[in-house]
Amino acid sequence: MGDVFKALADPTRRTILDELALKDGQSLFEICSRLVMRHGSTSSRQAISQHLAILEDAGLVRSHRDGRTKVHQLNTDPLRSILERWPI
Amino acid sequence: MPRINVTSVLVDDQAKALAFYTEKLGFVAKTDVSLGEFRWLTVVGANEPDGVELLLEPDAHPAAKVFKQALVEDGIPYTSFAVDDVAVAHKDLEARGVRFTQAPAAMGPMITAMLDDTCGNLIQLTSPAA
Repeated sequence: MGDVFKALADPTRRTILDELALKDGQSLFEICSRLVMRHGSTSSRQAISQHLAILEDAGLVRSHRDGRTKVHQLNTDPLRSILERWPI
Repeated sequence: MPRINVTSVLVDDQAKALAFYTEKLGFVAKTDVSLGEFRWLTVVGANEPDGVELLLEPDAHPAAKVFKQALVEDGIPYTSFAVDDVAVAHKDLEARGVRFTQAPAAMGPMITAMLDDTCGNLIQLTSPAA
């Protein structure tokens, strides 16, 4: 599993998580559309795909198939390890 | 100047596509000419009989199927149609049995939704945000 801290260190990746928190279960196209139309992102589809791969590797995003479309979901479980390490 | 008179969507079955695009989406059949194995088969908007025609084009070329699958996997629409109000269209079409893969959502100045055309494509609907 990849590093949760590294995955969260990038503002575009944090925005992807924000958008998945607003609406869970999105295709790559919908995530790209939201980043462009709602956040003025200039990232390419390929760049967003790579960001998603890093988030998935860190366990912060999970994906499954809805029909033939790959759908991404937010998974906040890895954040628990932060609170367990430094309790609030 | 050249004029745009036709655009196309690649479909896996022309008869099924004609049924979906007319009976479900509400387009009207315009040209239907037999061309051996396939047809030159077009539809137009119900209120635009002289408007741009949508060609229901066979996806028989092997590369077309791969291309379409890749688009669907990433949730990318093959093409996009305008409606007056995406929310109303979404409700009407769902009532007619059309499957949506994305419910109406605000995308900056637009409202968009995504439907499955049952012929191997995702189709986006758009209307201006109020």
